[in-house]
Amino acid sequence: MAELKASADTMAPALPASEKPEGRLRQVAARMLDSWPARISLVILGIVLVCALVPGFLVTHDPFAQDLSLRLVPPVWAEKGVAGYWLGTDQLGRDTLSRIIEGTRITVLVSLFAVAVSGLVGIGAGLVAGFYGGKADAVILRLIDIQLAFPLILLVIAIVAVVGPSLTNLIIIMGLSGWPRFARVVRGSVLTVRHLEFVDAARSIGASRIRIMTQHILPNILSAIIVYASFEIARMILLEATLSFLGLGVQPPTPTWGGMISDGRKYVSLSWAVSLAPGIVIAFVILAFNILGDTLRDALDPQFDERI
Amino acid sequence: MAERVNATGHEPDGRPPIDSDSGGASAGPQPLLVARGLVRHFPLPGGLFRKSERSVKAVDGVDLMIGAGETLGLVGESGCGKSTLGRMLVRLDEPSAGEILFDGHNISTLREGELKEVRRRIQMVFQNPFSSLNPRKSIGDTISEPLIIHGIGDADSRHRRVLELLDIVGLRREHYQRYPHQFSGGQRQRIGIARAFALKPKLIVCDEPVSALDVSIQSQILNLIEDLQQAFGVSYLFISHDLRVVEHVSDRVAVMYLGRVVEEGSTADLYRSPRHPYTQALLAAVPIPDPAVAQPDSVLEGGVPNPIDPPRGCHFHPRCPLAVNRCRAEMPPLMAEGSHKVRCWVNAPAAYRSGIAPG
Repeated sequence: MAELKASADTMAPALPASEKPEGRLRQVAARMLDSWPARISLVILGIVLVCALVPGFLVTHDPFAQDLSLRLVPPVWAEKGVAGYWLGTDQLGRDTLSRIIEGTRITVLVSLFAVAVSGLVGIGAGLVAGFYGGKADAVILRLIDIQLAFPLILLVIAIVAVVGPSLTNLIIIMGLSGWPRFARVVRGSVLTVRHLEFVDAARSIGASRIRIMTQHILPNILSAIIVYASFEIARMILLEATLSFLGLGVQPPTPTWGGMISDGRKYVSLSWAVSLAPGIVIAFVILAFNILGDTLRDALDPQFDERI
Repeated sequence: MAERVNATGHEPDGRPPIDSDSGGASAGPQPLLVARGLVRHFPLPGGLFRKSERSVKAVDGVDLMIGAGETLGLVGESGCGKSTLGRMLVRLDEPSAGEILFDGHNISTLREGELKEVRRRIQMVFQNPFSSLNPRKSIGDTISEPLIIHGIGDADSRHRRVLELLDIVGLRREHYQRYPHQFSGGQRQRIGIARAFALKPKLIVCDEPVSALDVSIQSQILNLIEDLQQAFGVSYLFISHDLRVVEHVSDRVAVMYLGRVVEEGSTADLYRSPRHPYTQALLAAVPIPDPAVAQPDSVLEGGVPNPIDPPRGCHFHPRCPLAVNRCRAEMPPLMAEGSHKVRCWVNAPAAYRSGIAPG
């Protein structure tokens, strides 16, 4: 505290007065692009985005076309690789790379929307529980406990088995499977912020509850939410892969990353590439999301510069 | 204290005679805020199926009056309920009983949604400048927020008003875009003061506004608070545990002990001739900045009693050097002599001593 005072009282000349509120977004973006891991992550996610939006541009083969004469071909750099099939083929002679690209759309779509669903429900519930406390808190906490008492995967499997594995169903079920943890993270963060004096100060100037929650509490817990959401995206990609692996995800012949790992599993002794290629892709995309979440959290913090 | 007072009825006629400031208040300024029988009990957590019957009696029946343009100092040890009292007056805390009349209107029964108008008139300066500012909002956003909430002016005029407020509290215009962590404690307290003044309130509750600051900064902030009162004619409730600070800024002072006011009077009166033994002990404990003067090690013995289960009779009797039997049995009322009121049997004003002689 003492050094804070000393440094602030003799503060350097003022920042340019031209700094307007919209400069803040640019500032955050500039900070984001300041580190190599973040840049690489952005590139990876950019590629993922392009794959998801226009897979037709990038595939080298029809991802659904089978060629039984070219089954389980290893990647092109291996001894028996075939030119043009960069990552080899699967058990039906379909090009692995093209299927990974084609599968991006479904995988990313399902994961992002699932996180959006669980985030929406979880942030809402967590804010209400943490801010209002009392009965609302007790009810929400019990609901969270009830849902968390079931093993996540088992719960999702059971519900998917009942309602059927359509894309919309998957998004909603995966989304709702994640809200309790989201709500707990948010509630915990709200509790640490709620009793700070600036919340009282907001009340004393007449701010409504909605305003206090959205303008004062939410921005101060945003970093926790962003980091958690980035982990959740990664987890949802895994969950989708798990469901596809178990045959409860998006149904064949539509390719998804998890489904491809599942398909390749049976032939892993004959051709490791069929399973490993989508596995590596999943790993890198998850890593990219996590790094980006970390970077975004730091960039959003006004005290970022001083902390380095 | 049970009867509801209508919007304009803040005459002291419904009050018990022993409690009334007969003659005292009429000489002072117009009352801006009057609190009667304010109580705040915090219930203790009960068992699984039943509510607890015990509670912490943080504020236990306080009457006070703040005149227009005056500063009422409120002193007491930590835990005596002075902050809770201040928070009730700005309606951050719900009174368990009693009423608050502001400008003749009863504001203690308003619901959260109806408080907006009151919030415009009564503001608060908080104790901790490091947590009372939202770290994610720039200074300009923080100071303009009250204006936005109350729909005052457009973006342009609000911007001008904020710059004006920055000038008033002694900050620079370039500070508009900066964030709280870039400021020192004293500067942050100036920001908090600017926020409190943004709506041109009539009353500001200052809850220990300088106790978190360096002594060298304290006087600057105190002078600022006094200058602003001169310029804008606001009233202050100035809460502090520091008697010298309170003496410096207050017109009148109320001393709290364990949820009750034990003595109240004009600053000069109270500091020159304190009547309550607690006030006397507090004043004796104020350090004198002169190494030649011998100071007592400890004036009071023991600690503050448990507010869950306060002692019978006068709350202060277990620590009081003057306590007599009556003090242990019977809670003394606030007894007035002129504008000086004291809650003590032994040092009661002469008029009461003849009427209700100690047993």
